[in-house]
Amino acid sequence: MESVARILQWIPKYDQLPELARIAIPLLISCLLVFALLALMVLFLVWLERKVSAHVQDRLGPMVVGGWHGWAQTLADALKLLLKEDIVPASADRMLFKTAPFVVFLGAFTAYVVVPFGASSFVTDLNIGILYIVAASSLSVVGIIMAGWASNNKYSLYGGMRAAAQIISYEIPAAMSIMTVVIYAGSLSMVDIVNAQKGGIQNWFIFRNPFIFLGFIIYFIASLAEVNRTPFDIPEAESELVAGFHTEYSGMRFAFFFLAEYANMYLVAAVATALFLGGWTQVLPASVAPQFLPGPILFLLKSLALIFLQMWVRWSLPRLRVDQLMYLSWKILLPISLVLILGAGWLAV
Amino acid sequence: MIPQEIAALLAESFGGKVLESNPDALMAWSAVEPSSLFEVCRFFRTDSRLDMDHLELLGGADYKDRIEVVYILYSMKHHHRYTIKCRLPRQAPAVQTVESLWSVANWHEREAYDMFGIVFEGHSDLRRILCPDDWEGYPLRKDYVLPTSYHDMPV
Amino acid sequence: MTLNMGPQHPSTHGVLRLELKTDGEIVADAIPHIGYLHRCFEKHAENIEYPGVIPFTDRMDYCAAMNMELGYVLAIEKLMDIRINNRVRCLRIIMAELGRIASHLIAAGTYGNDIGSFTPFLWCFRDRETILDLFEETCGARLLYNYNWIGGLMYDVKPGFEKKVLEFLDYFEPQVDNLNRLLSDNVIFIRRTAHVGILPPELAISYGVTGPNLRGSGVAFDVRRDEPYLGYEDFDFDVAVGKADYGPLGSCWDRYMVRIREVRESCKIVRQAIARLTPGDVHESVPKRVKPPAGEIYMRTECPRGELGYYIVSDGSTKPYRVKVKSPCFTVMSAFREVSRGAMIADIIAILGSFDIVLGEIDR
Repeated sequence: MESVARILQWIPKYDQLPELARIAIPLLISCLLVFALLALMVLFLVWLERKVSAHVQDRLGPMVVGGWHGWAQTLADALKLLLKEDIVPASADRMLFKTAPFVVFLGAFTAYVVVPFGASSFVTDLNIGILYIVAASSLSVVGIIMAGWASNNKYSLYGGMRAAAQIISYEIPAAMSIMTVVIYAGSLSMVDIVNAQKGGIQNWFIFRNPFIFLGFIIYFIASLAEVNRTPFDIPEAESELVAGFHTEYSGMRFAFFFLAEYANMYLVAAVATALFLGGWTQVLPASVAPQFLPGPILFLLKSLALIFLQMWVRWSLPRLRVDQLMYLSWKILLPISLVLILGAGWLAV
Repeated sequence: MIPQEIAALLAESFGGKVLESNPDALMAWSAVEPSSLFEVCRFFRTDSRLDMDHLELLGGADYKDRIEVVYILYSMKHHHRYTIKCRLPRQAPAVQTVESLWSVANWHEREAYDMFGIVFEGHSDLRRILCPDDWEGYPLRKDYVLPTSYHDMPV
Repeated sequence: MTLNMGPQHPSTHGVLRLELKTDGEIVADAIPHIGYLHRCFEKHAENIEYPGVIPFTDRMDYCAAMNMELGYVLAIEKLMDIRINNRVRCLRIIMAELGRIASHLIAAGTYGNDIGSFTPFLWCFRDRETILDLFEETCGARLLYNYNWIGGLMYDVKPGFEKKVLEFLDYFEPQVDNLNRLLSDNVIFIRRTAHVGILPPELAISYGVTGPNLRGSGVAFDVRRDEPYLGYEDFDFDVAVGKADYGPLGSCWDRYMVRIREVRESCKIVRQAIARLTPGDVHESVPKRVKPPAGEIYMRTECPRGELGYYIVSDGSTKPYRVKVKSPCFTVMSAFREVSRGAMIADIIAILGSFDIVLGEIDR
C-alpha cells in the first residue's frame, strides 16, 4: 500500500485532499489490485487443477482452448457460466439463497489484505495479522450454512450441516499449529513473522524446530479440511449428496462458490508459506548465492508448490466419513497440536 | 443324492400329495398339490438328507389351462438339485408363501405376483416390484392385453 | 427424515430408488425400489425365435454381456444336445474371462469413485479399453456383442488375437498391483469399507446371494468348480474367497477384494485357454434352424456378479415358451435392506457399491 501511496503523490494537488481520502484511496486501489491479481490466480489455479488431475489419471486435460495446452479453458468456462440461466428454486429462501455465495466469497477474499506477498507488497500490516486471517476465513462457514438451508433441499441441508461441523472442528488444530509459529516469532503480525525468517532456508520456521515441523503437517491437514478438499470434501461429496450444499446453484452463483473455493485454497497455501516456509525471503543465504529472484516471485513459487501438494493429495486419496473426520480432528489432531505448543514454547524459552 | 432317490424320498414322505414326478427328465421335477406345498418345501429345507438351503429360482409359468409356480432348490452341502412345481388354477391362483424358509423368496414372490397375479398367502409385503404400483393386468400371462394408455400417457 | 436417493443419483449404479428413513446420519431403514429399467425381456423372449433372443440377453447386464449370452446359449445347447468343438470352447472361455475382468474393473473403479477417490476409476477404464478393443476387433461391438451363438460363435477371431491378448495380460497384471497400492491398501479406503456392511454367510445363503458377494463372506462356492460347464474342470485356478484381512469377514472390503483376486485368477485362465486353442471352424455345430425338443432346462453359469440362471421351457417350436432369468443382482438387492440397517448414509453408498449391481440385470 505504501508503494501505491507513493505513486499517487505524483498526481498534482494530491496533498490537498483531506486526510481520510489520502488513506482511503491508496487502500482501495491496493485492495482492487490484490483482488485483480487474485482473480487471475484463481483462473490459473483452476487450469492447473485440471492439468494435474489429468496427468495423475493418465490423460491430457485441456488442450484446445486458447492454443497451448488449453490455457484459456477457465476463461471459456467462466464465460459459459455467466451466460447461463439464473435459476432460483421456487420454494427456496430467496434472500438467503442469493446472498450465500457472496458471504462465502467474502470469507475467502477479505483475509487477503494482510498476506505479505513481498517486502512491501501487501495491502496493510495489521498488528493482529494472523488472528485476523483466521477470523475472516471463518466467515465462509456462515455462507455455506446459508446456502445449505436456503436451497430447501435435503441434500443441501446435509451438506451445509456437515460443512459447519467440519470447518469449525478443524479450525482449532489449525489455529493451534499457527500458535507454535507465533510463539517463536513473538508477534501476530504477518510482516514480523516473515521478517523473522530472513537469511536463508535454515531460518525458515519449519526447519528451526521439530515441533514447528509437525505443526506444519498438522496445519496442512487441517487446512485441507478448512477448504473442503478431499479427503475432507464431504460437504460437497459428489457421489453421496449429488453436490452437497451447492446442489441447487447454477450459473454465476455456482461460479462464485467455485472461485471462493480456489481463493481459499490459495489463501491457506499463502498463509502456510508466510508462516512456515519463509514467505518472500530468499532460499539461499546472501553469502552463498546471488539474490536474483524478487520476493513476490519466490512467494508465488513456494505457494504454488504447496498448492500442487494439495492437488496431488486430492486426486490420490478417498474421502473420510463424517464421524471418522470428527474423530481425526478432536481425538488426534487437537491433542497433538496442544503438545506441540508446549514443546515449541519450551524450546523457545 | 441323485434325482431318482430324491423323488423316491418325496413319494415316501408325502405319498398321495405328489401329483406327478419325472426324475429322469433333463431337469428332474415333481408336481405337488398347492395345499401341501409349504410342507414339502419345509421338508426339503430341513431334512438332513436333502438340506436344500439355496432357493435358486422361484418363478411362474402360464400354461393355457393352469398357472405353475416352479421352485428350483439346491443344496450347498450335498450339491444336488430338485424342482418342485405347483399347479394352480388360472382364476385365482394362490399358494402359501415360503418366505420363512428362504428369505430371498420375498422378492421372487413379489415378482411372480407382479407378472402372473399369483397371491402368496402370508407374504409380509405383497406388492408389485417391477411394474408401477398401480399397473393393471399381469404382463406375463399369455392372454395379457397391453393397455393403450397409463395415466393419460400412450403406452 | 425420509431422504430419497432417487432414480437419478451419481452413485446408485443405474436407476435405483432408495428410500432412506434417516435419524441424523444413521439410517433406520433403507428400502430399495426397482423396476425403473424393466424392459420386459421375458415377454419379448416368448415372441422371438431362439437365436433372436441372444441380443436381448446382452442388454440385461450390459457390463458383462459375454457372460449373459453364454448362459442362455449353453442352456439351449444342453436342451438340443449340441456338442461344440474345442476351438469354440476355448474362445468362449477366453471371452467370458476377459468379460469378467472388464466387469470387475468397472466394479472396482466405480467403487473407488463412490468412496471418493476418482483416480482408480480412470485407471481401471483405461485398462478396460484394451479389452473392449479386442472385442471390437473380433465381433465389431464394444459393449453388446451377440457373439455367442447357439452351437458356435458369430465370427472367428482375427489372426494375431492370441498375441494381443497375451500382450494385454503382460501389461495388465502389474497394473493390478498399482491399483492395490492406490486403493485397496489405502488406510482411508479400509476404514470406510472394512467394518461396514457385514453379510454373515448364513444370511447370504438364505437370501440366495452368490458370486463374489457370497465368496466375500467366506463361502468358497463357485459354479465353475461346483457344476463345471465348458470344461472348466480342466483349468487350474483358485476360487477367490474373502479372508478378513482387515476387519470382520463379510465386510465391503472383503467383497471388493474378492473381485480383485478374481481378476488375477481370470488372467491365469485366459493364459491356459490360449495355450489350449486349436484350429477349427466356429460355425461347425451351428444348427440351421433352432428347434429344441419340448422340455425344460435350468442352466446356471458364473457371471461376474454371481450365479446367473436361465430356466427355459420349450414347447417344440422355434420360439421359446417361457424364459425366466435368475439374476444374481436381484437376489443380492433383496438382502440390501437387512444388511444396511443401522449404517450411516456414507455407508449405504459403500454397501451398495460393494454389491456391484447393474440395474439392467435386476429389472430385465
